[in-house]
Amino acid sequence: MKVAAETVEISVTVNGEHVKRSVPARLNLADFLRYELELTGTHVGCEHGVCGACTVRVDGEIVRGCLMFAAQADGCKVDTIEGLSDSREIEELQSAFVLTNALQCGFCTPGILVAAQALLRDQPNPTRERIREYLSGNYCRCTGYQAIVDAIEAVAKARTARARR
Amino acid sequence: MKAPRFAYARPASVAEALALLAEHKDDARVLAGGQSLVPMMNFRVAAPKVLVDINRIAGLSGIKVAKNHVRIGALARHVELERSADIARHLPLVAAAMPHIAHPAIRNRGTFGGSCALADPAAELPACALALGATFIVAGKKGERRIAAADFFRGLYATALKNGELLVAAEFPLPKPGYAFAFGELARRHGDYAMVGLAAHGSVQGGKFSDMRAVFFGTGDRPLRAAQFERALDGQPAGTKAIAAALPRLDSDLSPRADLHGSAATKLHLAKVLAGRVLGQMEGVS
Repeated sequence: MKVAAETVEISVTVNGEHVKRSVPARLNLADFLRYELELTGTHVGCEHGVCGACTVRVDGEIVRGCLMFAAQADGCKVDTIEGLSDSREIEELQSAFVLTNALQCGFCTPGILVAAQALLRDQPNPTRERIREYLSGNYCRCTGYQAIVDAIEAVAKARTARARR
Repeated sequence: MKAPRFAYARPASVAEALALLAEHKDDARVLAGGQSLVPMMNFRVAAPKVLVDINRIAGLSGIKVAKNHVRIGALARHVELERSADIARHLPLVAAAMPHIAHPAIRNRGTFGGSCALADPAAELPACALALGATFIVAGKKGERRIAAADFFRGLYATALKNGELLVAAEFPLPKPGYAFAFGELARRHGDYAMVGLAAHGSVQGGKFSDMRAVFFGTGDRPLRAAQFERALDGQPAGTKAIAAALPRLDSDLSPRADLHGSAATKLHLAKVLAGRVLGQMEGVS
């Protein structure tokens, strides 16, 4: 791509499925997922990287969907909340969120689940303080975070206990 | 909001990137991690007509340890610096700064070079580069040139990079024996830009401060060495008493401006609180 263009051909693997599209260069990844692929679980809040509602995984690492252009995801593997949910990768986290009332309106929840799963992958048994610090980039305006930390801590403990057995 | 319209190019080499920058001149901007540029575009503060995405250029990434220095590629992502055993071992000041930079999802994308080339006055990495005496390596039409960190940061979001040039790496000299470091910042929320920050590096050999570099950020239009404060510490016993005695010098070293976080007086006060705290934590200081 030595020549600059306003429309870009991309080929992306989203939740295990190959998709090819022609997209405007200015289209961000979150909007691509929502409007082109109708994967509306990725939410768009602040559109400047502060709220974390658009958190998705690109090549295994969490990123802000609003701070990456779809054109940049060409050739990448993208996982959204729909994929993590269907594969049951975050099933325990989802159940714990329900059990502890860790969501109210649910707007931030997909982003928080994607982030929480990334934290527990890197650090299976984080302290509450570490959980709070890790989630400092994900805003929730309903719950006050207490129950979210409870849910993530409960899953961490359950997984760690299982791993020890 | 969404970013305004632009044309996108993804060069595969530094030469291709330079050709694109030469072709589009003022209309073009380099897209590295995009964690500052894209928000600025979404806010319509920046509206480049052409984005030159350097993310796929092989050779701009990586961290390499050489005999006398550590070379950090412009595309080394914050997360790589954060997890690198080489950085932890040879540039512990940089390692200490990493957790303060935004949030994990941002650190997965944001790059070393992007942070330095943007030169946000409250950013951590420019301050570390200045404190450690790094040298920036810049590619241009006529080849590469080297710019000392002290000459690189020129003002508010301003660097010595010329139009059409690309930052490719920085070399950090390996710290000499007997040198210690400390890093700290005060922010309203974890991951926010600092109200006041300090990257400090210097010798505490023989229990005395010497060759101290105290670089404050968030207190001016660029990272700033506190020259008089450093001089007041020089040769003094490395302890809290000498630090306390030197603190009033910050009145003349720093002239922070009032901003959303507080008045100029508040920021100056916070700079002193932070200096006492951070230097007091330096290894070898009692």
